[in-house]
Amino acid sequence: MQTSKEAPVKMPLDDKNPLGRPDFISVKDFNFFYGKKQALYDINMDIPERQVTAFIGPSGCGKSTLLRNFNRMNELIDGVHNSGDIRILGKSIYDKEIEVISLRRSIGMVFQKSNPFPKSIYENVVFALRISGTSKKSELDECVERSLRGAALWNEVKDRLHESALGLSGGQMQRLCIARAIANRPKVLLMDEPCSALDPIATVKVEELIRELKQQFTIVIVTHNMQQATRCSDNTAFFYLGKLVEYADTQKIFSNPSEKQTEDYITGRFG
Amino acid sequence: MDSIASHSLGFFDNDPSENTKVIARSLKNRILSGICIALSLLTMVPLISIIFLLLKKGLPLLGLNIFTELPPAAGMAGGGFGNAIIGTLVMVGIGLAISGPAGILSAIYINEYSPTSRLAQAVRMVAKLLTGIPSIICGVFAFAVVVMATGTFSAYAGGLALAVLMLPTILLTSEQALMGVQSAYREAAYGLGATRFQAIARVVLPDAFPAIMTGVMLAVARAAGETAPLIFTALFSQFWAKSLNEPTASLSVLIYNFSTVPFPHQIAMAWTASLVLVAFVTLANITAQTIFSRRH
Repeated sequence: MQTSKEAPVKMPLDDKNPLGRPDFISVKDFNFFYGKKQALYDINMDIPERQVTAFIGPSGCGKSTLLRNFNRMNELIDGVHNSGDIRILGKSIYDKEIEVISLRRSIGMVFQKSNPFPKSIYENVVFALRISGTSKKSELDECVERSLRGAALWNEVKDRLHESALGLSGGQMQRLCIARAIANRPKVLLMDEPCSALDPIATVKVEELIRELKQQFTIVIVTHNMQQATRCSDNTAFFYLGKLVEYADTQKIFSNPSEKQTEDYITGRFG
Repeated sequence: MDSIASHSLGFFDNDPSENTKVIARSLKNRILSGICIALSLLTMVPLISIIFLLLKKGLPLLGLNIFTELPPAAGMAGGGFGNAIIGTLVMVGIGLAISGPAGILSAIYINEYSPTSRLAQAVRMVAKLLTGIPSIICGVFAFAVVVMATGTFSAYAGGLALAVLMLPTILLTSEQALMGVQSAYREAAYGLGATRFQAIARVVLPDAFPAIMTGVMLAVARAAGETAPLIFTALFSQFWAKSLNEPTASLSVLIYNFSTVPFPHQIAMAWTASLVLVAFVTLANITAQTIFSRRH
């Protein structure tokens, strides 16, 4: 059972997670404020490597806020501050030595509403490589094919790589954003409600993709859809009003939750 | 007894009094539409009259010679105003070289780097105030700064006066153009680890480019037609310019000079020069709206 004030849950090294670190991402006593308004209270949790961890909870519970702190995207907003620490592979992301830019380059993010650049499909995928200084065509070409295959989009777009990305369908655009996010081989993939703007068939494709991608990436996904959490994730964290209420194995959370609040949310009594 | 059922059902009622109401509404609609159409046509009248007059009075003297020859002396026939055309292009070019980068880079600062800072707020306010400054004041400013310092009228002074005129327009339209770029693109760029410079250079500016160019072209079109800023900065010249640091001819000042002399040939030249100027301004505007328009 996991509550905010207790020690972080360490996912055991078992057959689900043979070689991965259980504390790949580690959140310690983390509080977050938008100006005067506190959005996260004393969050303590460890997120294991190469698994899918889902954040669930009603609107405004802080799940997206916490997600966006992993790559310090919240700092683009004026007036935010935090206390506590977040570590990835043991290193604090707030370390003065770490440049925010290099942090963000080693973390991929996919947003709720797909936002491909108004450029060609090719240029969208290689964007991360170009800003890191790669310009050799052979490297870029290899990256494009690898990333688009990894996002299960290659066969659909391989003949029109230089056409505008805005001509793709909604589901294709989101898979392009996933390809773009994994192009520079990040360690972590953060997904903020990636399927909420997609139709059911596109959603199924993206969910299959998530299950494949976890072999290479540590994935944290925020979702409103509890069925999606059961289908895709290995661990689930339930947030409510800025606090981490319960964090455990997905099977356990959905079949036998320890907290009453969790059970109420899952059975639809609120939220 | 007053119940809902006893209220008029309008169309379904076959009530004769309803009929007159319908006719009254239809008539009111048609009168108002008619007024709107009439006023719209009325707004086209000045533009069409100007174009008609320019063509009628300006076409007679239009020929290759106006590009290749110099202005005729008072009372003489023939000649052209090639030096004035070049002068206008050169001085608008100088103005653009100053106000273009300054305006666009300032807009980038106030929209991308620190939109809420005191400096950004001050820049915006100053730009808006500058749009209201009479063009002759721009000329006075350039006179004080360049002409008095260098001791001569020059194309530099004229160019500076036009730059002051163009700067607020370019800055404010560029700011609007940058604001028009979806914040989702910026978020995606920063999420991928772009530095601010990379996000601006690779994502924001390319997307805002058409709108920025439109603003620039509109500023150019306006500056090309201004007379007051050039009257005592570039003055005028009857000859081909040999350097930028001497009095320089321009289309607008030529029109001003030639319209006020009692020689019919000169007056006819002024009409032709007006036609050429309006053609240039119209070309700049059309360029702005077609070549730089969004294709998606």
